[in-house]
Amino acid sequence: MTLREHFFSLSQEAMARSMAGEVLLCGLRSEDSNYVRLNQNRVRQAGHVRQLEFSLQAIMGRRHASAQCMFCGELKTDRERLLELLSELRAQRDILEEDPYLLYATEVSSSERIASEAPLDAPSAITAITEAAEGLDLVGFFASSLIYRGFANSLDQRNWFERPSFVFDWSCYAHRDKAVKSRYAGVQWDPEAMQRKMQAARQDLALLQRPPRKIRPGNYRAYLAPTAVAELLAITAWGGFSLKSQRTRQSPLIKLADGLKVLDPRVQMVENYEQGVAPGFTSAGFIKPPAVPLISAGRLRSSLVSARSSQEYGIAVNAEHESPESLDLAPGHLSAADVLARLDTGLYINNLWYCNFSDRNDWRITGMTRFACFWVEGGEVKQPVEVMRFDDSLYLLLGERLLGLTEERDFILDGSTYHQHSAASMRLPGVLVEDLNLTL
Amino acid sequence: METVVQRFKRVVGGVDHWSLRLVEERAQRLAVRQGTLEPIENQWNSGAHITVVKGTGMGYAATSDLSQAGLVEALRRAVDWAQATASLSLLPPDELARPQRSGSYRSPVRRTWDSMSLTAKLGLLHEAAPRLKRSDAIVDWQASLYFRATQAILVTPECEIEQQFEFLIPGLEAVANRAVETQRRSFGYDNGVQAGLEYLDEIGFCDQAERVGEEALELLDAPNCPAGTFDLLLLPEQMMLQIHESIGHPLELDRILGDERNYAGTSFVTLDMFGHYQYGSELLNVSFDPSNRRQLASYGFDDEGTPAEREFVIKQGILLRPLGGATSQRRAGMAGVANARACQWNRPAIDRMANLNLEPRDSSIAELIGSIERGVLMDTNRSWSIDDSRNKFQFGCEYARFIEDGELKGVLRNPNYRGISANFWRGLSAVGDASTVKCMGTPTCGKGEPNQAIHVGHASPACVFANVDVFGSTG
Repeated sequence: MTLREHFFSLSQEAMARSMAGEVLLCGLRSEDSNYVRLNQNRVRQAGHVRQLEFSLQAIMGRRHASAQCMFCGELKTDRERLLELLSELRAQRDILEEDPYLLYATEVSSSERIASEAPLDAPSAITAITEAAEGLDLVGFFASSLIYRGFANSLDQRNWFERPSFVFDWSCYAHRDKAVKSRYAGVQWDPEAMQRKMQAARQDLALLQRPPRKIRPGNYRAYLAPTAVAELLAITAWGGFSLKSQRTRQSPLIKLADGLKVLDPRVQMVENYEQGVAPGFTSAGFIKPPAVPLISAGRLRSSLVSARSSQEYGIAVNAEHESPESLDLAPGHLSAADVLARLDTGLYINNLWYCNFSDRNDWRITGMTRFACFWVEGGEVKQPVEVMRFDDSLYLLLGERLLGLTEERDFILDGSTYHQHSAASMRLPGVLVEDLNLTL
Repeated sequence: METVVQRFKRVVGGVDHWSLRLVEERAQRLAVRQGTLEPIENQWNSGAHITVVKGTGMGYAATSDLSQAGLVEALRRAVDWAQATASLSLLPPDELARPQRSGSYRSPVRRTWDSMSLTAKLGLLHEAAPRLKRSDAIVDWQASLYFRATQAILVTPECEIEQQFEFLIPGLEAVANRAVETQRRSFGYDNGVQAGLEYLDEIGFCDQAERVGEEALELLDAPNCPAGTFDLLLLPEQMMLQIHESIGHPLELDRILGDERNYAGTSFVTLDMFGHYQYGSELLNVSFDPSNRRQLASYGFDDEGTPAEREFVIKQGILLRPLGGATSQRRAGMAGVANARACQWNRPAIDRMANLNLEPRDSSIAELIGSIERGVLMDTNRSWSIDDSRNKFQFGCEYARFIEDGELKGVLRNPNYRGISANFWRGLSAVGDASTVKCMGTPTCGKGEPNQAIHVGHASPACVFANVDVFGSTG
């Protein structure tokens, strides 16, 4: 029995026992993953993780109770646990008050998205990696996963999502904290593509052998590569685009929402579900729209709305958790080939690190440069730079100090594996700015 | 769980060494936001983590399938990885730590979570939450309780270790707003403990709500924190973050050995510094202490099975030993502490800081304030950022007070400070006495590949640092 059949069979068992007037929602978040971490181009830890997290919500009128429970995948055992769970949730539901913000999908919309690619052979990939990195001080992480998401309700809606993916995220160290950071991610593993990226890392390492330049605090013209932009937008996503966060005045984009600030009109952000890799349905059974325009022509256009916020604030559902899963920043007209020339003199920043808000009300973010960041003079890369702290407002960097966005964009799969392997991604250009404020 | 252990012992074989870590967990989060009960989060989580050594290779497999077939399959996966990486392994198998003795541990709980009905617990939250809303300027407010009970068994051919934990984390927060100025004040999220519901009475949970709401309002009207070089008085609610980021992480031995360079980062500390490096002023004494059972990260054994004991990592400012478990200690050839921990059954053990505490000295809070001519008191972390070597940091707090001529003055908003770890601790100029100590902690310290978020504890007195770069908002 496939996992899909297992999930729908269990869901059916639950539905068959639903009481008059009762609505049941079933969900599955599961992964079958190989995880390998490497240090000094050797294997530090290698293993396999299989987990099946089943969720059940039992609703009667406006009362409801829900739970997540780890299942084993064996039908008889899981059926017994499911029925026990149902009984426990009904008992809990009976003593709870009515929930004014309960909302779940009542319009049936079933879907199925199963990627056909075969999972890769992880041990062979690890051998290929260590061979390609022979002689390098490589430290990194390889994850190949089959990710599953399922939804079923007692209104006969069925949704299934199944996708293999891999992420190989690594750094090749020159010395101390100087390294070339690389990532190869996707669905179909191509050893030659990995080797090309490894070769590029070898070439970039040569630049890192030059003595690093110590930068003084001050304002610098800077190019932020897509991976650096991703860090700025990941921290912005902590409440930035959330309707609830905006309505409770906690979003860093409040001044944008109130029209007191505007960004450069070239800044366009979209939650682009259609182009992303996340499931197209939510845990309450809502189907996500193809795209949600978040910022258009530099102005806040709309927000991400969960089922609960939808009920609280009266705006249609368009998201699971009000944090982007498929964030898309529109490209500009700056050719990647012209970046160094346009930068002229300043910082070429490949990676930022440990960003956080230094003033949330002003969308001001602090963080560190990391890995391979370079000093550029006269359009030529001169030397790596010592790590530096920046502290600046994105109202300025994406507003009056924005010089350009690259034509080319990177599709960045989220390699996060907290609890389970993430299904989020971003598609981002590089950004050229004037006067990035470095403080320490 | 004993059934699963017996089931596993029946099927395991054909390997040179094995260990089985079984974890069963129940968690519940209750929250009342703006007078409305939020959906209750109920979680049950159980699974097995199997590690094998075969020849020169090591592999692991973690599974939520605890049936015999599931364990056989996981064992096969672990052996496959051991064989596939036998010629590629960073460590020789004899460097993998093996438990030396059996034992047990249990959290000290007087009033269990289940001794109070769900209705009564929700009643408590309904009592606390409205006390946060001190005026219409409080635009969002919430009271919450998080409970987690974990039972973990570590079994090897020679030993069996059983540990039972119960965690309780209370939470209160109030968000105040006027126009585009928003300020948040919170209590409790960094006060997690291993204890029962008796802890709520000890901290006066409901009574704290009014203070939290009032202070959120005070912040709205407060002036911006001034910029300049000041003496800085950090309360335990911020000291925990300062210890965590700029002592705890840089001393983790796996970082020093390079395992984390691709993600969490490296360390400015190197192996040759231990035994003589002046980490801070001679007022600085820091202990790894898993023996204070109320603290969030206390335990009897780490997840490699090493008995956990209190050790000084810094004494009179001198760096003594790293935070590294038995496996890392063998790699480094250096004594460490019992801190190899996994966040769940589905992750392997790595070096974590567990309870890392700053030892009190002899100054009362009044004496600490009285010693400052011109300074700033900061309370409760709200922003944290530090470089990947754990040196250049910038931290922000929820709440601050100005100190002038040895007296506390007005409230300040948006307080931030920055510095460099290697210099900052040498500026430690006064350390509070036991009356200023609080046991703090966080359940969400992130590290590792695959990623792991785990609980850590930090007990600290209030401390004064000389000549710190302080600043507020520039917006």
